[in-house]
Amino acid sequence: MFELYEAGMNLKGNRPQNALILILNSKVRSMRNLFLIVFISLLVNATYGQGGDMIVIEGGSYMPLYGDSENEVQVTAFRLDQYPVTNADYLDFVRDQKEWQKDNPIKLYVDEAYLNHWASPLDLGDALPEAAVTNVSWFAAKAYCAWKGKRLPTLDEWEYAAMAGENATDARTLEEYNQYILSWYETAHTHLNPVGTGMKNVYGIYDLHGLVWEWTYDFSSVLLSSESRQGGNSDNNLFCGASAIGATDLMDYAAFMRYAFRSSMKARYTSRNLGFRCAEDVKDNQQ
Amino acid sequence: MKQLLFLTAIYVFLATACQNEQSVHSDDPATAEETSLPEMSVYHLPGTWTNQDGQEFELKELKGKVLVMVMIYTTCKAACPRLIADMRRIEELVPEKYGDDVQYIMVSIDPETDTPERLKSFAAENDMTDKRWMFIRSTPEYTREFATVLAVNYKRISPMDFSHSNIISVFDPQGEMVYQQEGLDAKHEKTIKNIVEQAKKIGNR
Repeated sequence: MFELYEAGMNLKGNRPQNALILILNSKVRSMRNLFLIVFISLLVNATYGQGGDMIVIEGGSYMPLYGDSENEVQVTAFRLDQYPVTNADYLDFVRDQKEWQKDNPIKLYVDEAYLNHWASPLDLGDALPEAAVTNVSWFAAKAYCAWKGKRLPTLDEWEYAAMAGENATDARTLEEYNQYILSWYETAHTHLNPVGTGMKNVYGIYDLHGLVWEWTYDFSSVLLSSESRQGGNSDNNLFCGASAIGATDLMDYAAFMRYAFRSSMKARYTSRNLGFRCAEDVKDNQQ
Repeated sequence: MKQLLFLTAIYVFLATACQNEQSVHSDDPATAEETSLPEMSVYHLPGTWTNQDGQEFELKELKGKVLVMVMIYTTCKAACPRLIADMRRIEELVPEKYGDDVQYIMVSIDPETDTPERLKSFAAENDMTDKRWMFIRSTPEYTREFATVLAVNYKRISPMDFSHSNIISVFDPQGEMVYQQEGLDAKHEKTIKNIVEQAKKIGNR
């Protein structure tokens, strides 16, 4: 499945952070310099942060696919990575965090296919550095984001950001938007494309649709229906409290596919078309 | 045509999902970590927990007992009372000679509401004050992590309500999940059988 693209491309240039490290390594002589450095680092991170910018998504409410129709879900403002985490990004992570190198995590955290598209623990092999990293488990994704000082987006945050189309913050009823997603689902090997080639939405965030599916922090929180766990035996006893989704209510097949996929996953599973990106809270003084 | 493709895709997803049912035991024995725990043991999970007496502990301190675990929240009006009843029934059905080898644990999915005090009074209300019963909570993050390992799905629907799946999990003395009973009022025979099988491994009789 990896024969589709040329091997050996490496577009990863030096990043501005490298310059910053040099500055940091020189002596910090005064508080003024320190302030300057902090200021520069904020600028650098804001402009050239690894994996692109983080983009602020203003809070709001939305009606998710699940749940009863009386409850809109409130989403507070948050920042989301502009691109999915790439193979190159992830390589930086495992260079620094040896316990997450290909052969190291215990089975509680990853399955056998963890990073199996890489040649070796520190060699991407034929995997495109700019393609989204896939074959990573929820634990691995979570650890990466923590390493970056970030976190995984919640399912509601992800869905809230992903309902945006090219021109609207809620494009879910637009034919063009749904058509894009559905035709992506029918296209093979999109996970091999470089990040930035999927849909760019109105916030300026790329690839929420078009390349890979993405982990969310509470991916397992939605009770789709027991079929996804129990082989077609619809057992309502599995559910406590609120509603589970019935197939008859489905207005949004594209979203349904995501929910179906998520509910089939466990935290240690990996998949070749499942990647992730990170998020963080918006602090009051950052907006 | 599109729709047909779509339905096919959904079918494939669901079919795939069904193959991963109730994964039990890992494939092969543990590779030698710094501890001798099997790789799939939940005792690898980091995090501090607090019981109904306010005592802090790590999961690995439970090593050596058979664990029967369920995730609940004390404000639950619907299924939780039945889950508690199921747990009580299971405890009654396990032969008494194994009684002290089994720890029954109620894990709160609502750690903010379920303070140790609240857990303690909940235990008392349910007449579960014996040391065999533990009511525990951790941080939201460790709780989420633990729940994802158990494949217990939960989501906060409103400030007081959660939607969650009703699964009772059995762990062997090394912390590996060996069985999950899904759904309410399920027959407990397999659960009991698994508990007894594991309890027999404990060599103190």
